[in-house]
Amino acid sequence: MKPLLGYGGLLAISLLLPLLAPAYQSQLAFLWVMVVLALTWDLLGGQMGYNSFGNIVFFGVGMYACAIVQRDAGLAYFPGLFIGMACGAAIAVAAAALLGAGILGLRGHYFAIATLGLGVAAGELASGWEFVGAGGGMVPPLFPGAVGGRERFFYYLCFAIAAITFPVLRWLYRGRFGLALNAIRDDEDKAEAMGLHTTRYKATAWCISALFLGLAGGAVGNLTGFIDPREVAFAGSTYGVWMVLMAILGGKGTLWGPVLGAVIFHLTKELFWTYLLGWQRVALGLLIVVIVIFFPLGILGWARQKWPERFGQRVEAA
Amino acid sequence: MENLRLLFEAPLLPVQLLLDGVLIGAIFALAALGMSLVWGVMGIINVAQGELVMLGGYAAYFLYRAGVHPLFGVPLAALLLYLLGWALYRTLIFRVVDQDLFISILATFGLSILLQQLANAFFGADVRTAESGFGTLVLLGGALTISRIKLVAFAAAVVTGTALVLFLKTSRMGQAIRATSQNARAARVMGVDTDRVYARTFAINAAICGASGALVAMTWVVHPYLGLPYTIRSFMIVIIAGLGAVHAVLASAVALGIAENFAGFIFGAEYQAAFVFALLVGILVARRFWLARQRRYLA
Repeated sequence: MKPLLGYGGLLAISLLLPLLAPAYQSQLAFLWVMVVLALTWDLLGGQMGYNSFGNIVFFGVGMYACAIVQRDAGLAYFPGLFIGMACGAAIAVAAAALLGAGILGLRGHYFAIATLGLGVAAGELASGWEFVGAGGGMVPPLFPGAVGGRERFFYYLCFAIAAITFPVLRWLYRGRFGLALNAIRDDEDKAEAMGLHTTRYKATAWCISALFLGLAGGAVGNLTGFIDPREVAFAGSTYGVWMVLMAILGGKGTLWGPVLGAVIFHLTKELFWTYLLGWQRVALGLLIVVIVIFFPLGILGWARQKWPERFGQRVEAA
Repeated sequence: MENLRLLFEAPLLPVQLLLDGVLIGAIFALAALGMSLVWGVMGIINVAQGELVMLGGYAAYFLYRAGVHPLFGVPLAALLLYLLGWALYRTLIFRVVDQDLFISILATFGLSILLQQLANAFFGADVRTAESGFGTLVLLGGALTISRIKLVAFAAAVVTGTALVLFLKTSRMGQAIRATSQNARAARVMGVDTDRVYARTFAINAAICGASGALVAMTWVVHPYLGLPYTIRSFMIVIIAGLGAVHAVLASAVALGIAENFAGFIFGAEYQAAFVFALLVGILVARRFWLARQRRYLA
């Protein structure tokens, strides 16, 4: 009963937020995007132990696919947007399956560096491809509604994506799938020896991650109103880094950690980053180094270590 | 595919590309040597490798602006980067040496962003170059041109590689480094101060990268964002060459230089970076299937 009340309260607050703070609707919309980014990164990076620096690829693929459908399908705005997002998600999943077949067989270092290359390669290819506007980028169609309606619409859209992502992941982590992912993280060879089809699980996890990233990408492309190949779609130095940072900050390998990390990071970013005057990205690098080295467990990981019984872990009396 | 036809019609063009590839491959080899050293001895994959190259380039550029001849700029840049590498080890890297792989890879990833953005903040995003003033060598009546600085870079790379091998083989510190790489715990038991060994190793890596960066600044240009391709190239080279084989590193670096030159010519220069990254993914995937066929991929 109690968790239900908590979730209901959160839902109510989230639904009411744009009415309470109408001036900050687009920032709040980005908050939900951040939550999705952190959650989908943690699916691999935290739960499965596969650090991916290339998840941004699916975000960008979704964004471009959505914008292309909106541009070329000749549909009205809303059908175009939703069909575009669906196409974006489908293509992102297909890309994940295709790439995953090769890349997910790599372990540890090799996977991390391969995905690092993947993200940049995608940005380079997109900025050379005329069909998607090359380096000049793309502009999604204008929102047809009244002034201010656009922000509100995208707030609810982004919130909807986050509100679907979270329970789906929660459900997955609770079952056999979550256990399989954790087994892969803890010892992949043993998991395989026990009869788990590890590559199949890894590919599925990457596809799920790509599904939500693709959806979020389609929404963000329209929310931003401009798609630049290197700075928005395959933005390795912003979204791509943020998702890693947020998941680690909140506590990787926990369900709520990425959410918490995303909220803290996004609020801090929106409140204080203007004061940094061009030093934001320096601060970002510093923050990653400091968090990874001095605080690798993250907030929830630290809390879980400190009060294990609160997290449902029994502690044997010594 | 216009360019592909051109390759067959002009017989000296492939030779030109080949020569250029061999020479630039030597520059790639330097950063790769450093990466292989750090990977082998400390078990860290330094994602910030390319940023060290970039900083070496800036060091050479500012020395050049201060009136130092670029040729002296190379050892000086190496020296400056040696100090920086030592400082980085003492502040950051020593904390991740014994940690698991994810921490070291994420930490050096953060470090790469930090260095790249610091360079951007201090030096600006402008593209700069250190003019060597060596001019170009014209062969066969203008059919072949080689910029002399690339010859110098090739020689410098070979000399540095040889010096590194001699250092590791003969000197006391070199022996300690090799012992640590074989078994750090045993080396500690035998009285090797492994912490100092690691500091030296990382500093030497930074120095090699600094030399490589100085050569990059003289051959091409330097800007804050050139790091990542060098990290990726080094990684590729080390994967193909394996750890601890200097001649193999040189050979695969030269092969990469040639491949990149031909790809840049055929697909156009704007796709050269994309080619490097795609090649990385291709090589990793091919390696994985090759290892799986040999039933070695679990190891």
